[in-house]
Amino acid sequence: MDVKEVLMELLSTDIPSGCEVDRAQSLVQIFQRYCEDVSVDKLGNVIGRKGAKNAEIKVMLAAHMDEIGLMVKQIDDRGFIRFSYIGGIDHRILPAQEVIIHGREKVPGVIGSKPPHMQEPEERNKALKSEDMFIDTGLPAERVRELVRIGDVITFKRKPCELLNGCFSGNALDDRAGVATILYCLEELDKLQFSAEVYAVATAQEEVGFRGAIVSSYHLYPDIGIAVDVCHGNMADVAEEETHKLGKGPAIALGPNIHPKLFNRLKSIAEDYNIPYQVNPEPSATGTDAWAMQITRQGIPTSLISIPLRYMHTTVETLNLDDIKISGRLLALFISSLDRGFVEGLRCY
Amino acid sequence: MLLKELTEAFGVSGAEDEVRNILKREIESLAQFRTDALGNLLFEKPGKGKRPKIMLAAHMDEVGLMITSIGKNGWLKFDTVGGIDDRILVSKTVVIGPQKVKGVIGAKAIHLQEPKERETALKSKNLYIDIGAKDKEDAEKKVKVGDYAVFDSQFERIGSDLIKAKALDDRIGCYIITEILKKDYDLVISGAFTVQEEIGRRGSAAAAYAIEPDMAIVIEGTFAADVPENKEEGYSTTLGKGPAVTLMDKTYIADRRLVDRVLQVAERKGIPCQLRRTAFGGTDAGSIHTTKEGIPTIVISVPCRYIHSPAGLASLTDIQNAIDLIDALIIDFQERGLGR
Amino acid sequence: MKELIKKLTETYGPSGEESQIREVIIGEIKDHADEIRVDVLGNIIARKAGSGEKMMLAAHMDEIGLIITNIDDKGFLRFSNIGGVSPFTLIGERVIFENGTVGVLGMEKPANLFKNEMKDLKFNNMFIDIGARSKEEALKKVRLGDKAVYYRNCDILGDCATAKALDDRAGCAVLIRVLQNLKSPRFDTYFVFTVQEEVGVRGAKTSAFGIDPDLAIAVDVTMTGDTPESEKMAVELGKGPAVKVMDRSVISHPRIKEMLIEAAEKNKIPYQLEVLEMGGTDAGAIHLSRSGVPSGGLSIPTRYVHTPSEMASIDDIEKAANLLLCVLEK
Repeated sequence: MDVKEVLMELLSTDIPSGCEVDRAQSLVQIFQRYCEDVSVDKLGNVIGRKGAKNAEIKVMLAAHMDEIGLMVKQIDDRGFIRFSYIGGIDHRILPAQEVIIHGREKVPGVIGSKPPHMQEPEERNKALKSEDMFIDTGLPAERVRELVRIGDVITFKRKPCELLNGCFSGNALDDRAGVATILYCLEELDKLQFSAEVYAVATAQEEVGFRGAIVSSYHLYPDIGIAVDVCHGNMADVAEEETHKLGKGPAIALGPNIHPKLFNRLKSIAEDYNIPYQVNPEPSATGTDAWAMQITRQGIPTSLISIPLRYMHTTVETLNLDDIKISGRLLALFISSLDRGFVEGLRCY
Repeated sequence: MLLKELTEAFGVSGAEDEVRNILKREIESLAQFRTDALGNLLFEKPGKGKRPKIMLAAHMDEVGLMITSIGKNGWLKFDTVGGIDDRILVSKTVVIGPQKVKGVIGAKAIHLQEPKERETALKSKNLYIDIGAKDKEDAEKKVKVGDYAVFDSQFERIGSDLIKAKALDDRIGCYIITEILKKDYDLVISGAFTVQEEIGRRGSAAAAYAIEPDMAIVIEGTFAADVPENKEEGYSTTLGKGPAVTLMDKTYIADRRLVDRVLQVAERKGIPCQLRRTAFGGTDAGSIHTTKEGIPTIVISVPCRYIHSPAGLASLTDIQNAIDLIDALIIDFQERGLGR
Repeated sequence: MKELIKKLTETYGPSGEESQIREVIIGEIKDHADEIRVDVLGNIIARKAGSGEKMMLAAHMDEIGLIITNIDDKGFLRFSNIGGVSPFTLIGERVIFENGTVGVLGMEKPANLFKNEMKDLKFNNMFIDIGARSKEEALKKVRLGDKAVYYRNCDILGDCATAKALDDRAGCAVLIRVLQNLKSPRFDTYFVFTVQEEVGVRGAKTSAFGIDPDLAIAVDVTMTGDTPESEKMAVELGKGPAVKVMDRSVISHPRIKEMLIEAAEKNKIPYQLEVLEMGGTDAGAIHLSRSGVPSGGLSIPTRYVHTPSEMASIDDIEKAANLLLCVLEK
């Protein structure tokens, strides 16, 4: 699998949280290449299945398909658009972004604000807040009203690009990188023997509170749930110990959200196969699908692996493509290692 | 003494093994039990199989620390697990990881501080643990990233009727349940020693889903703020005035009829009992009472001063009264049913 | 409709103590539903049987309020909030308890607060005075844990109603009207008057689990952007009910959203679209129930939400009921 190609394909659809029901189809087509059957549930989770039906072991892999975005909240008399946030947006990245309003047709626009020349010096030192900004489509107000309604979603224009040494940059890599990792894992499984029934889930609405994971893990109620998400990669302005290095393999989480036996198994497989990995201590809420999965129904043994990603929730999120492959291979080897005894042991403390 | 053993045991949210093992040993001859995917210890004592089926719940976990990185010089950076007031951390001894390594949380000596620094509270982010390691490599022989740490604190009896210990919240509740399980009832007594209450009432959600009781009694250690520099209306509970019944907190509103029933039972039996007089905080009741189609739930707590610190205080008489009250309450449910 | 709104908003019913409002609502619907039950938390679940998919409609009957946490020797009451009450809306306010006891809100060191530190006003600087001279006298009327709500009448100002608890008795009024007038339901319809929405959509969570619906619509109030220097929001009073697109608890399912919009357009009922940046509704809990429930919301534009004088247009409320009927009728 050409990771970059699949990633580009995954990025070809804009999926702000809440748009999954309408837009899941593009993912379904990609999933069909790697899964035996694919379905879409009521909230728009895409659920692919691979492996023996009704096997003794059911594994759920979850990576969210949704991305953060904006939403039209008001259109003023001159056709300028005011917006609300979908998910955790850093308002400092907004000035001068190019956006697309998904109205009756796709309307391009730019995020504008009062020019710096017109601001007092102390005003210029302050970050712009969302109420200081608006979207300018360049269209007359009547035309804006024809094309755009309150509640239409807005996405950032995509400009993915390849950097040096296998680095890749773009928006929505959180968490299409996770989806790509799961697909890579499914392909790797073809080379291995495994007895589990694997559910690959591209979850909906993670960015607004892992809502898709809540319902899909209820529905599937797997024996093991693994979330594949992103974590903070090393950046020039952040202490080294707070981040994980790009290109050095997945960060395997441990902490209360993680079943200790799953952490140990993932770690020992990585060591046995010389797969690079990093340890990611999570003292409390992980803020990922794993947090929701773990307390579904009577509880699900849960794990989390993360792809190091720089500049999360900006339009220039940056990762190393190798990490996707390494993580996908680790997951495949993990699944291949599972047997009923191990799974039963997960309920024995 | 079981309470000593329980409060001294290591059991930060997500690493409750020691506490669970003690409890398993204690209830082995009293009830059937199993663990679940999260590590909850679920039990059932069938009695004569009568309904209502009561769920007793107390959480095994305690607040603590987790090692997040090891510096070049062998100092350990950490983060808190659960609600700890950062200001209590400095100048404390801790025990880390499975090897029970001792460490200290130090800070720059007062002589070296600027006057302004002395006024600023120290944040956990700026603190570190010193285990005496020579360097990173030396530290890594004893401690791993992701290891948990707890306060190094011994159980002691102090004053005339008090005990001093860490983790009174909620090893007291665990202890009370073991005492209740020694008694025989006609009703099905089920329940759970839960995990991860301190980081969002997580274990109890799964436990209640599995147990499906007709009603639940959550047994807690709650804060008693009956101390100087606090006004009486902020006491919430008072040490020595008996177990406290919760009317409302951030996760739950009590059914007044059930609260009144607890008060009536207490009065009839002459057991001192108080109402919890603030609406802060939360307990496992928050997740239990909204499980499935809803579960009638009561919260009974033992007042504890200086909760979530290395040295909490609680009254032995309050603990005994809590046991007596829960016992009387179960008998009342046995005789008069749920009465709804 | 005016009478119904007056009756509903003037009835007592803070979160966790919904028996009085429950009785009033049951009185309105008992002759119209095929079955009515009250669940463990106190939700009213009324069914209008139909074939086809299960539709859950939810409006919460609880309101915000205060809970008594302490009674001092002189008979003054201390309290904590139930749901989103602000200390500032309590200044000079009167409150009423379930048994009809009325109390006045007072504050510590008022002169100082008014002069310098108003922003520091907190619940624990405030107390309720019920006119009692001692703890004993107070205890005859109020116990620890008793709950109070704003004490206000409903007034009709032109087309508008102003009252406490329009959030969400306006929604309850819509559900009652729809239930009374629904003849041949297109869905197997469950009308749920939920409890404890204001403290975290708790009633909606358990009732949705019990009903296990295929679709759901929450009818609640939403804020507006039509008052002087208000927050930017496109919803206005009197321009018809608002079809929810998103709030902090839910992003409406396209099927529900389109269902409401289509019905409005086909029947020429004016409607607005709602993007609410604060707050959530029962749909937040319902759509995450079990394997997921496509859910959305129909909202009544309301000014001054969570104050003693919320304001909504009666015409909007009636149109919301008409719109919902169009959706539900075969």
